[in-house]
Amino acid sequence: MIIDHPLLGPRDSAEFTYMGDAKLIDRPDWQAATAAQDFYEYAYLRDNPAGWHEELWFHEAGDRSWLVVTRNTLTHEISKVELARDVARRRGRST
Amino acid sequence: MTQINRLSGGQIDRDTTLQFTFDGKTYTGQQGDTLASALLANGVRLMGRSFKYHRPRGVLTAGSEEPNALVELRGGARKEPNTRATTVELYDGLLANSQNRLGSLRFDLLAINDRLSNFLTAGFYYKTFMWPAAFWEKLYEPIIRKAAGLGSLSLKEDPDVYDKGFLHCDLMIIGAGPAGLSAALTAGRAGAQVILADEDFRLGGRLNSETFAVGDQTGADWATATLAELSSLPNVRIMPRTTVIGAFDHGIYGAVERVSDHLHTPKDGKPRQILWRIYTKRTVLAAGAIERPIAFENNDRPGIMLASALRTYANRFAVSADKRVAIFTNNDDGHRTAADLYAKGVKIAAVVDSRPDAPRQENYEVLSGEVINTKGRLGLTFADLRLADGSTRTLECGALGVSGGWNPNVHMTCHQRGRPTWNNDLAAFVPGGTLPPGMTVAGAANGEMSTHGALVSGQAGSVAALHDIGIKAKASDLPQAEDAPVSITPFWYVQGCSRAWLDQQNDVTVKDVKLSHQEGFRSVEHLKRYTTLGMATDQGKTSNMGGLAIMAELAGKTIPEVGTTIFRPPYTPTAIGAFAGRHRGMDFHPTRLTPSHTWAEEQGAVFVEVGNWMRAQWFPRAGETTWRESVDREVLATRGSVGVCDVTTLGKVDVQGADAADFLNKIYCNGFAKLPVGKTRYGLMLREDGIAMDDGTAARLAEDHFVVTTTTANALPVYRHMEFVRQCLFPDMDVQLISTTEAWAQYAVAGPNSRKLLENIVDQDISNDAFPFMACANITICGGLRARLFRISFSGELAFEIAVPTAYGDALIRKIMEVGAAFDVTPYGTEALGVMRIEKGHAAGNELNGTTSAQNLGMGRMVSKKKDSIGSILSEREGLNAPGDLRQVGIKPVDPTDPVPAGAHLMTADGPVDAAHDQGYATSACFSPVLGHAIALGFLKDGDQRIGEKMRLVSPLTGVDVAVEIVSAHFVDPEGDRLRA
Amino acid sequence: MRYSGLKVIKEALTGHKGWTPAWRDPEPQSHYDIVIIGGGGHGLATAYYLAKEFGQKRIAVLEKGWIGGGNVGRNTTIIRSNYLLDGNEPFYEFSLKLWEGLEQDFNYNAMISQRGILNLIHSDAQRDAFTRRGNAMILNGADAEMLTVRQIKERYPYLKTDDARFPIKGGLAQHRGGTVRHDAVAWGYARGADSRGVDIIQNCEVTGFRIENGTCLGVETSRGFIGAGKIGCAVAGSSSRLMSKADMRLPMESHVLQAFVSEGLKPVMPGVVTFGAGHFYCSQSDKGGLVFGGDLDGYNSYAQRGNLPTVEDVCEGGMAIFPAFGRARLLRMWGGIMDMSMDGSPIIDKTHIDGLYFNGGWCYGGFKATPASGYCFAHLLAKDAPHPTATAYRFDRFEKGYMIDEKGMGNQPNLH
Repeated sequence: MIIDHPLLGPRDSAEFTYMGDAKLIDRPDWQAATAAQDFYEYAYLRDNPAGWHEELWFHEAGDRSWLVVTRNTLTHEISKVELARDVARRRGRST
Repeated sequence: MTQINRLSGGQIDRDTTLQFTFDGKTYTGQQGDTLASALLANGVRLMGRSFKYHRPRGVLTAGSEEPNALVELRGGARKEPNTRATTVELYDGLLANSQNRLGSLRFDLLAINDRLSNFLTAGFYYKTFMWPAAFWEKLYEPIIRKAAGLGSLSLKEDPDVYDKGFLHCDLMIIGAGPAGLSAALTAGRAGAQVILADEDFRLGGRLNSETFAVGDQTGADWATATLAELSSLPNVRIMPRTTVIGAFDHGIYGAVERVSDHLHTPKDGKPRQILWRIYTKRTVLAAGAIERPIAFENNDRPGIMLASALRTYANRFAVSADKRVAIFTNNDDGHRTAADLYAKGVKIAAVVDSRPDAPRQENYEVLSGEVINTKGRLGLTFADLRLADGSTRTLECGALGVSGGWNPNVHMTCHQRGRPTWNNDLAAFVPGGTLPPGMTVAGAANGEMSTHGALVSGQAGSVAALHDIGIKAKASDLPQAEDAPVSITPFWYVQGCSRAWLDQQNDVTVKDVKLSHQEGFRSVEHLKRYTTLGMATDQGKTSNMGGLAIMAELAGKTIPEVGTTIFRPPYTPTAIGAFAGRHRGMDFHPTRLTPSHTWAEEQGAVFVEVGNWMRAQWFPRAGETTWRESVDREVLATRGSVGVCDVTTLGKVDVQGADAADFLNKIYCNGFAKLPVGKTRYGLMLREDGIAMDDGTAARLAEDHFVVTTTTANALPVYRHMEFVRQCLFPDMDVQLISTTEAWAQYAVAGPNSRKLLENIVDQDISNDAFPFMACANITICGGLRARLFRISFSGELAFEIAVPTAYGDALIRKIMEVGAAFDVTPYGTEALGVMRIEKGHAAGNELNGTTSAQNLGMGRMVSKKKDSIGSILSEREGLNAPGDLRQVGIKPVDPTDPVPAGAHLMTADGPVDAAHDQGYATSACFSPVLGHAIALGFLKDGDQRIGEKMRLVSPLTGVDVAVEIVSAHFVDPEGDRLRA
Repeated sequence: MRYSGLKVIKEALTGHKGWTPAWRDPEPQSHYDIVIIGGGGHGLATAYYLAKEFGQKRIAVLEKGWIGGGNVGRNTTIIRSNYLLDGNEPFYEFSLKLWEGLEQDFNYNAMISQRGILNLIHSDAQRDAFTRRGNAMILNGADAEMLTVRQIKERYPYLKTDDARFPIKGGLAQHRGGTVRHDAVAWGYARGADSRGVDIIQNCEVTGFRIENGTCLGVETSRGFIGAGKIGCAVAGSSSRLMSKADMRLPMESHVLQAFVSEGLKPVMPGVVTFGAGHFYCSQSDKGGLVFGGDLDGYNSYAQRGNLPTVEDVCEGGMAIFPAFGRARLLRMWGGIMDMSMDGSPIIDKTHIDGLYFNGGWCYGGFKATPASGYCFAHLLAKDAPHPTATAYRFDRFEKGYMIDEKGMGNQPNLH
């Protein structure tokens, strides 16, 4: 596969390490009353869709960016690649 | 008498005669021959044996789809089983042997299976060999295994090398027949970056096999001229002998170039083959079509082959398979073979056409009818016919060309699970459904069966593909070429036949398909799996359609309703060595060397692999006969005076920024915010699931600057994790990370004399007051060289770790040894390091095994509840805090001469020894030279409350069962007086 | 019909006219006591044991395509019980014992061949880990033997033990491990279940669950509604897709695992060899093909195909230890969809919905588990209580912190 890195252009996916669902960005609040349940769901439950999937890839043999790649798990087509940091900010993780 | 079947003409070099040997007999052929064409030229029809019944086999095809003529090519370590004689380029001195036979090829003792064929029908083995139960493995299976398989490996290490390479292009064209050449010319002239790949050694595809004219020249000459123009274009890369094996994601194709397979041995250090990974923007698949046979009784004898193959042998290789040839066809194309062979002076016994309206010919007989049986034990002698008028007749012939129509070569269109669609006019599947993105199919592969159609669709495919990527290509005038329509009346098998072969390699007959249907294996996948139809080395290229047609008829469905099985990469079988490339032997994985490696080699160190690093394991000295002697000496010398160990391999991460301390608070379960500048702290890192991930130290060199260490094995995953936390979880923390593992050479200097030693190197005051336990600092050494010093100890001794830029690593170890001579400084390796850390009860990889929590490690109280850190919430789960949970303990033998091996399990002293009563296990073990007996670390249920308990440590696997006592994990200096000295 | 050598001979002499379909092709009924979703190895085995061992009647297996078309039809055929952890080892040993009597039990020759499995050891730390594992196996009643390099060389003289990047120091062998003709397992179970009255319904896709007041009453299918007292889901790589129809999110991801077979070769591999320092394991089929595989491609996928880097990685591992295989040719590569769970271990449990039961999360180890998985799932369905060897395979183990993590990789499925 080829991942079109937002900063570096198209790179072979072999340069990357895969982690999984980009929902892992949405780490729960440790002080919430429901923290135990929230962290369980965060850490363990997945939508695991057959279709479009936002997922985390790390450019390990490259610039060490974490990317959010929108990829179709049925066809492997990639429709969008963003820096995970930008996605995290957009999802309200700026502190 | 040599080359008795050689004809005139052809594209061989008659001036270059080559000698070769098949089954011990020497023959001659010409440059430009394949092994198959050369054998046929010499009148050799028998080339192999089938898989199951060991029936005699000759060539069926003239290409890579050949299922029958498989030989063991070359000898010694270069022996290559299952090599298609039809693709082997003849070279002088070629050696080949037939395979899958017991005895000689002519008298194969396993041909007895053919006599038993009525018992050995599809799936018979699922129904028998079950009683008595033990006999399957002891008797039946060994016999079956020995008889099965095709060729044999030499079992010697492959002496050739394989390379890998990467290519990029705008347009790749797969196949250099008329469609491919037309596509390449169009794209080449438009200036696109073009790759033209073809599996053959002579490009041109069917143009080389046919007598059609293209424009005012022969097809073969047009191909030659076109290739000459393409060669002159710098933007076109022509790759003969290159098989594109698979269409992978995002336009990436795998291809194997056979660089040296046409030579006796690879020359000048050249690889045997190259695996190319080709990144394409667009691809034109112009892989042509493959003729299919017709099933009739005994249609598998040597001499019976595809009509198009007969034509290829005659026109390209100037060979007739026999002096007297017959044709059996259901379409017009079969007649071309008769015409071409006749023109070359071959006697045409007759053309048998299954269609009532078969076109007549004046030069030879054309009969409406069918071939209903054949004769000839080791090669065809007679064909029995049943004519349209009901009469029968026997033809004498040594070769029979069969044409059941053509299948577009859709293989590669299915690699991303696209399914072909049925075309009624061609009575064949054509590419359909979802093609691999970026692929266009042209020519016969797309059902354009005429030369003209191929030229036109190749050009159009090329223009359209380039248009997609913004390159304008012009459609130029194409030369005149043959443009006959396809005329075919589907005819798959002769009624009433039974032992009529569909899959000639695996011996699947019409009878087997019928039985499969009878027994309910009716899904096309069940048919394949039950009968093995299409599982041969051609993946069913020559066999599948017949089977599908018969299953359709039996099920009362159409062929497209029955469907197809799926083609999978590789397009043709590909050497495992080619996929591995040079990643073999010592080059299998990269090797990392520490800065002291050369020095350690000079000391005669024994090395061990740790996370790709080679680390000194111990340093044997003259007179030491066992590794234990060396290790014991290194430990005692270190604890007695001073030792030095290269610890460069530990991961190092520089953490800088205003929020650096906050960041460490997130990644470590214990607190770092209040760590003063100039101090180091042990840190335990949890995964989000609350399990220990890694441990190490973080040294605060400045308010906004920490140096974090990781274990050697986890350097990479920990760094990745830290970046995840930084970029994905806390994207606006002011913190930057960089791995500096390779940037600094680092040595542990340990032992009571370590300070005295280092005082001779370090420029600053490192007395206990100035530089106490857990201190860290940027320092200078040797009068001004920048360095870092940490007063940390893995050994439990007064110890330092000193780091210098990598370039000075070698110099520093030599300096330490030089100034340390006064203290008899002793280099120690990872074994002594391990002994000392076990003596001190420090956890390492065997304890941090990915399943242990902070609680297990006895560090549960380190997990701060006052802050947010990775893993803290989930570490509170019931299962991680349940009674009976494992705790780290020390284990010592009651009898000091007993071993306490790692991997042994702990049992109560007087309870049963079984899994239900398992109490824990030993993780790390060593002989403690300080204590004079073996010691181990381990995990024990409620271990912290069981200190002093006598237990059994059992390892039934290795025959150990010893009485042990549970002790504190801190075997040596539990109070830590030494390291604070 | 009973299969036997005599029957084969009789049919051979009488024109093979007596063979009948191995299973019927029934129309679905409107209601069953138990419906199993998924006609793969686990689903068919579940139905077989429900009928044979647990006295259940009126059972149907619903299969979207053709039976045996999932992972039981596309695996590397290995059976073994060389597990480490308490939650796993008794289960897999139970499975191995079922394999040992399976052919006689279901009257089908699945070519179960206990040719042995060998895990190579390259370092002291690996030896410690394998010692612990071998001991756990023996303590659970399984067999294990630590082999020396010399013993290994006797079986595999062409194995590259020296001058290698990872020299071989020994190996942990389980002689009772081995290989099975994988398709025949599905067919044997199907035939055995069918003969006991189970309706095997192919080309019947489940499109939804009918759930009322917290109870599952049946399934909507491409062939209409089918009511059921209990519904067992055993659909491997499609687990998340199926269970999402009951609004469940599962602790798993679907990943592609590639496998490979070479052209047929005369016998060279007596057993199964696993090379853990690389990503490679290999055996040889009765037909002669080298059957081998390695790691997952590593990304979520439902595509049933993988990519070239993994192919190369696996072959590199192969050539590292078997450089004599360089000239053997890879014939076919294919991909299966693995239901990779969050701790690498499976789930056999009730769901929070009454009447709805789940079996999945087998990662790439489902084939060897087939008999025990079927048996234990049947036990759960029939008795509403877990089989004693499968008590740890609960849904709530993640929430409560009782993970069964053989590899110690935590909640990242592609690392298991």
